[in-house]
Amino acid sequence: MSVINQNYDLVVVGGGNAALCAAITAAEHGAQVLILEGAPKTYRGGNSRHTRNFRCMHNSPMEVLTGRYDEEEYFQDLLKVTKGKTDETLARLAIRGTEESYRWMQKHGVHFQPSLSGTLSLSRTNAFFMGGGKSLVNAYYRVAESLGVDVLYEAEVTHLERQDNVIVSVEFIYNDCREQLTPKAVVVASGGFQADLDWLARAWGPAAQNFLIRGTPYNRGVVLRDLLNQGTEQVGDPTQCHAVAIDGRAPKFDGGIVTRLDCVPFSIVVNENADRFYDEGEDVWPKRYAIWGRLVAAQPNQVGHVIIDSKSIDLFMPSVFPPLKAETIEALALKMELDPASLRTTVDQFNNACAGGDFHPTELDGLATEGITPAKTNWARPINSPPYYGYSLRTGVTFTYLGLKVDEKAKVQTKQGSLDNLWAAGEIMAGSILGEGYLAGFGMTIGTVFGRIAGEEAARYATN
Amino acid sequence: MQPIEVVNIQTNDEPIRNQALEEARRQFQICNACRYCESYCSVFPALHRQRELEDGELQQLANLCHNCRACHYACQYTAPHEFAINVPAALAEVRQQVWQDNASPRWLARLFHRSGAAIAAIASLAFGLLLWLAQWQSGGDGAGFYAVLPHNVMVAVFLPAFILPLIAVAVGLRRYWQGIGGKRITLAHLRAAMGSVATMKNLAAGHGDGCNFEDEDRFSNKRRLLHQATMYGFLLCFAATSAGTIMHYLFDLPAPYSLFSVPKLLGISGGILLCIGTLGLAYLKTKADPELSAQHVWGGEMGFILLLFAVSSTGLLLYAFANSSWLPELLTLHLGTVLAFFVLLPFSKMVHGFYRMAALIRDEQTKTDG
Ligand SMILES: Cc1cc2nc3c(=O)[nH]c(=O)nc-3n(C[C@H](O)[C@H](O)[C@H](O)COP(=O)(O)OP(=O)(O)OC[C@H]3O[C@@H](n4cnc5c(N)ncnc54)[C@H](O)[C@@H]3O)c2cc1C
Ligand code: HEM
Ligand code: SF4
Ligand code: SF4
Repeated sequence: MSVINQNYDLVVVGGGNAALCAAITAAEHGAQVLILEGAPKTYRGGNSRHTRNFRCMHNSPMEVLTGRYDEEEYFQDLLKVTKGKTDETLARLAIRGTEESYRWMQKHGVHFQPSLSGTLSLSRTNAFFMGGGKSLVNAYYRVAESLGVDVLYEAEVTHLERQDNVIVSVEFIYNDCREQLTPKAVVVASGGFQADLDWLARAWGPAAQNFLIRGTPYNRGVVLRDLLNQGTEQVGDPTQCHAVAIDGRAPKFDGGIVTRLDCVPFSIVVNENADRFYDEGEDVWPKRYAIWGRLVAAQPNQVGHVIIDSKSIDLFMPSVFPPLKAETIEALALKMELDPASLRTTVDQFNNACAGGDFHPTELDGLATEGITPAKTNWARPINSPPYYGYSLRTGVTFTYLGLKVDEKAKVQTKQGSLDNLWAAGEIMAGSILGEGYLAGFGMTIGTVFGRIAGEEAARYATN
Repeated sequence: MQPIEVVNIQTNDEPIRNQALEEARRQFQICNACRYCESYCSVFPALHRQRELEDGELQQLANLCHNCRACHYACQYTAPHEFAINVPAALAEVRQQVWQDNASPRWLARLFHRSGAAIAAIASLAFGLLLWLAQWQSGGDGAGFYAVLPHNVMVAVFLPAFILPLIAVAVGLRRYWQGIGGKRITLAHLRAAMGSVATMKNLAAGHGDGCNFEDEDRFSNKRRLLHQATMYGFLLCFAATSAGTIMHYLFDLPAPYSLFSVPKLLGISGGILLCIGTLGLAYLKTKADPELSAQHVWGGEMGFILLLFAVSSTGLLLYAFANSSWLPELLTLHLGTVLAFFVLLPFSKMVHGFYRMAALIRDEQTKTDG
């Protein structure tokens, strides 16, 4: 393989948004760049291929973005979701970088579209990619190619050799052979570790083996662990991951956006014993779906079962798989492999507790149950209009929080200061800014802004 | 052919006879939960306006699709992912079915949609027939072309060969229109649909950079421009023939015409555009991934493009060598391809223009009145 013998200024580990932003920027600053992407070409682009938007500040309406979303409001939103677990300098750097990044993205082939039907609430804050994240990734690969960046697919990096403050070599497996490169600089952008279920299980407990991974199977945290083992500084808590409740029939990996289920607020949710376990109507779904990831994880076999009736079937975004459907609760129970008598009892108890009143699907309507625990505090309407519909729910992991600590130049830190020639961008360092929680569209913000910083810094170092 | 029985997941009881429709329905359920491709074309917004799709609605979406392929290269769920999304191919299959099922007799449509060789055979047959007619009728007393084939013989052959296929297309279109629940067409709908055709908006992928065809996910307007050349070229040629007919009957000005006459100016420019367009489209087609279309009709589609090329190139040759001793052969060759083209109108890819136009009109209707 001729590519492997060349002398590269910079090796970028990973092939998602952060990696591509770094590679393109470095190439534009004159560096010879090689991308090592662990996935095959059809699955290139990691979790970035599943994204749909990025969160962007703007002081006045800007193309597809309506209204105004300034730095302060953006930062306050971040403070709220992270409960203060953020690094203000890095966070503001990322936020401030978005406005200019919007233009940069356009210049590099990304097209934006108005917020998708069903996502109107994001039209002010989030710019949607036309065609979604995979089209963004495709566009970036085209640009990288035209800048002379080389790409190896199915090249899994296994080790970065650290001597003192320098990464001296990059080891990877390609075509079943162990290869080694000695670039002047390295950017790691290889995502989190959520696809390594054993690692998740060690942190979370054995229940994690039953989790579904919403994104790529290639983010196994190999490089992250390798670097943490060599004394780089860690941020984030390994026991934490962003998990949401998704359709239980979703594939183990890569189910992506379509597996979300938006019907919980209009339903009752039971576990395998046909018992309810939490207030389904606590708040609007976008504010609750992450909580339900955890709730379902705590149930036997990590599954939940959602039951709605024909009154509610058109109130939410269509699901990826058609629901189970039956004319009676008992028949539905059989299809869902629940005990019919127990489900009947639970439904009857719930129905009897529904107090009645005005139902408003799009706002907290206060339509609550009386006299049962757990209560349902909004949208509580009896489940009594056949046909009945059922979905199963499982825990779907979006990403992990554990990562590398970086500074404002995206340089990877050790307890003794930064390494000379190693930068990190994207999910692998997101824990530096996002200690917990999540803000829709912030993943791509971090990847884009820090990817570009890392690329520029690495190129400057390597070409000097 | 074995009938295929699949159980409908929606109702669990109706047996389903139609695999192509069912596959499109399966994929659209996923697209409807995803919506990432909403801005690429008219198909997705129309899809998102409804929750469940009747057969007629699927057929309508299939004809609305321009096979620009943007949604495919942007899709995170293409094979080997288990969702195996391939919207352009799924819709191409449905489209083929609509076109073939609404033609009568169907077996002719099935034959010519699939087989380029059959198209070539019809073209040769038409050529042979005209050659024979020419010999039989030789010594006609007209000038130029009509010395080879007398005007009344041409009319006797081409009038029915033009009218009958058009009637056949109209019958099929009507059936389609009823199947998709089409309403009365207003001028506004028509105008909007024609606007979309005039610019081939749906081959521009929303942002105007064109479609994904000859080089995987690279956007390019080549196919769009070449189609414009083909379509406008064809329309110019058609206008040339019409102008000739009008001059002949209304003004008693029979052919041959001089270079600067209306029919010749239209015909030559149209012929050149058509030649360039069809050659280009044929070339691009060899570069494109056949898996994103209805693969079993590749030969018939290529045959159709080459037939159009044959029509236009022989027409140009005829202009160039009208005064040579090759005139009889060239004329019969040209008229043979034209005859084949007309006869195949209801049974080949040529119906795409009619159905797509109908679909664009219907889309305007659903946009305004749901
Ligand atoms: C379903 C889903 C939807 C999402 N939607 C959004 C959204 O709309 N907006 C948003 O901002 N965020 C969204 N996110 C989060 C977002 O995907 C991430 O924050 C972002 O993609 C991270 O980019 P990245 O480049 O760091 O990682 P990735 O895009 O995951 O890229 C990591 C890359 O590293 C490669 N890799 C991993 N290990 C190795 C190795 N050892 N050697 C070589 N290569 C390796 C992988 O193959 C991959 O190419 C979503 C996540 C999911 C799962
Ligand atoms: C209503 C008008 C028309 C519309 C909306 C239309 C649309 C399209 C579209 C979307 C394609 C590409 C997808 C496909 O191959 O199916 C196409 C292909 C083609 N069209 Fe048209 N068209 C129209 C009229 C015409 C006319 C008048 C001609 C010329 C006679 C023509 C000739 C062709 C050819 C040669 C191809 C290439 C076929 C192939 O690649 O297999 N079209 N048309
Ligand atoms: S083609 Fe793929 S990306 Fe586009 S809407 Fe359908 S599922 Fe989503
Ligand atoms: S191939 Fe193009 S026109 Fe057809 S559905 Fe996909 S994006 Fe729309």
